[in-house]
Amino acid sequence: MTTPPLLALDSIEVVYDGIVAALHGVTLEVPAGGIVALLGANGAGKSTTLKAASGLLAAERGKVVAGSVSFRGAPVRARGPVQLVREGLVQVLEGRHCFPHLTVEENLATGAFARRPSASDLRQSIERVLERFPRLRERRRAAAGHLSGGEQQMLALGRALIARPTLVLLDEPSMGLAPKVVEEMFTLVRTLHETEGMSFLLAEQNAAAALAVANTAYVLENGRVVAGGTVADIRARVDVRDLYLGGTGTGRTRFRARSEAPPPAT
Amino acid sequence: MSFFLEVLIGGLLAGVMYSMVAIGFVLIYKASGVFNFAQGAMVLFAALTFVSITERGVPFALALVITLAAMFALAIAVERAVLRPLVNAPPLSLFLATLGLAYVLEGLAQTVWGTQVHGLDLGISDAPIGAGAVSVSRFDLFAAATAASLVGGLGALFRWTRAGVALRAVADDPLAAIAVGIDLRRLWAIVWGAAGVVALVAGLLWGARVGVQFSLSLVVLKALPVLIIGGFSSIAGAIAGGLVVGASEKLAEVYVGPLVNGGIETWFPYVLALGFLLVKPAGLFGERSIERV
Repeated sequence: MTTPPLLALDSIEVVYDGIVAALHGVTLEVPAGGIVALLGANGAGKSTTLKAASGLLAAERGKVVAGSVSFRGAPVRARGPVQLVREGLVQVLEGRHCFPHLTVEENLATGAFARRPSASDLRQSIERVLERFPRLRERRRAAAGHLSGGEQQMLALGRALIARPTLVLLDEPSMGLAPKVVEEMFTLVRTLHETEGMSFLLAEQNAAAALAVANTAYVLENGRVVAGGTVADIRARVDVRDLYLGGTGTGRTRFRARSEAPPPAT
Repeated sequence: MSFFLEVLIGGLLAGVMYSMVAIGFVLIYKASGVFNFAQGAMVLFAALTFVSITERGVPFALALVITLAAMFALAIAVERAVLRPLVNAPPLSLFLATLGLAYVLEGLAQTVWGTQVHGLDLGISDAPIGAGAVSVSRFDLFAAATAASLVGGLGALFRWTRAGVALRAVADDPLAAIAVGIDLRRLWAIVWGAAGVVALVAGLLWGARVGVQFSLSLVVLKALPVLIIGGFSSIAGAIAGGLVVGASEKLAEVYVGPLVNGGIETWFPYVLALGFLLVKPAGLFGERSIERV
């Protein structure tokens, strides 16, 4: 007998504003304790897929018109985002979305509100997150709007962690960050996965970074899943490599050879 | 000079009354981005309920508690019946819903409590008290003190309580607030309840001034220039805007009025607001976004 996946999307179709179709039958699974990468170009439907899972679609006038989304074996349709956060499914939005006028501590606190913690529980939870992010501790009383991009990404992740999630939907965590910070982010994802058993669904354009931590991956194109499987499978597929993983090995060599060639003599 | 000071202080104190109404708007605007046209009707509803209960022999404190309970019940009803079905509707739909709500509330209040004018005596005399050459109304001072403690209370609420932090979070970024699991429905009920409390305080102060009657709901129109001048999203702005409107309209009436045969107090704030729209459209304390360099 197989255990049911933590999150399962079964051929869902999503429409915005009643007319704009964004997803055409997306099916994917996040097993308990898995890190799943969701790859694809800008506008392929990665964010929409995550929002369909977290119940945030409604806030943007989107709707799952066909198919089903289930978390822990029960459909999410009947549960609002607040309920889902309580049950352990939290999304970190693309572009961080920290509350700019709130302090770092206040930002973190908002992530715990859904489970209505006691005052001491709240304080301890904030401390625990700050232990993980020493840089945030230094700036705990600063307004989030004054943090650097990397610090804001840490804060957004910390704010999600404080809800004690079992599944985190991470949308483009590497966007606009320096390579070193990106590496730090993904190291953290792996640590959380290994030490806390947290599962992740990771939407990324930076395929190399995402595949380095993921177990399985899906590739989205124009609202459809065009490839899916283990990371090794995905890496092996030439068409996927060409389109999403920075071109084939030969393509890259050719590019380099050309650019490094000496200028023609005049 | 002392005459100028008297006019100025009188104007500022009158302005406090405008601020009280404007604060109710700001609360709801911050939480949901809706301009709540029904705030004036809530002022009328609160004052009329309170007066009618006291006229039936209920003691002051008990009447206050009953009215507060009524305002919170109203807040929950509004969240259930108006806001929840209109979630994610365009702002204009929500604005029109509050316009409808204003009529429902005005009609409801007058159906239940009648349409006659009620006097309201809070037991504070309007007699002037003097300080040197300047004398000001005792009642105006009381109103200012009430407003100050109300604002202080609200400020503490937003600074220290979870509802306050959640409210500021929603004002900053509604989508992120939903994503982290802030319960918007509950927050809206709280905010409308708080706006109801503000409406009650404003209704009592205004009612004691001009009598509790239908025209109370028209204070909504006076709050408009206050909000434009102060900025829609800031309580400090509502206070500053109220003071600016109060002081400038009284000074204009006294010093400019005679040149044009008077009566400019009623429209001067709107002209001032128009000027602000041209020069500083976000208002004195309007949304300042944090820009990182």
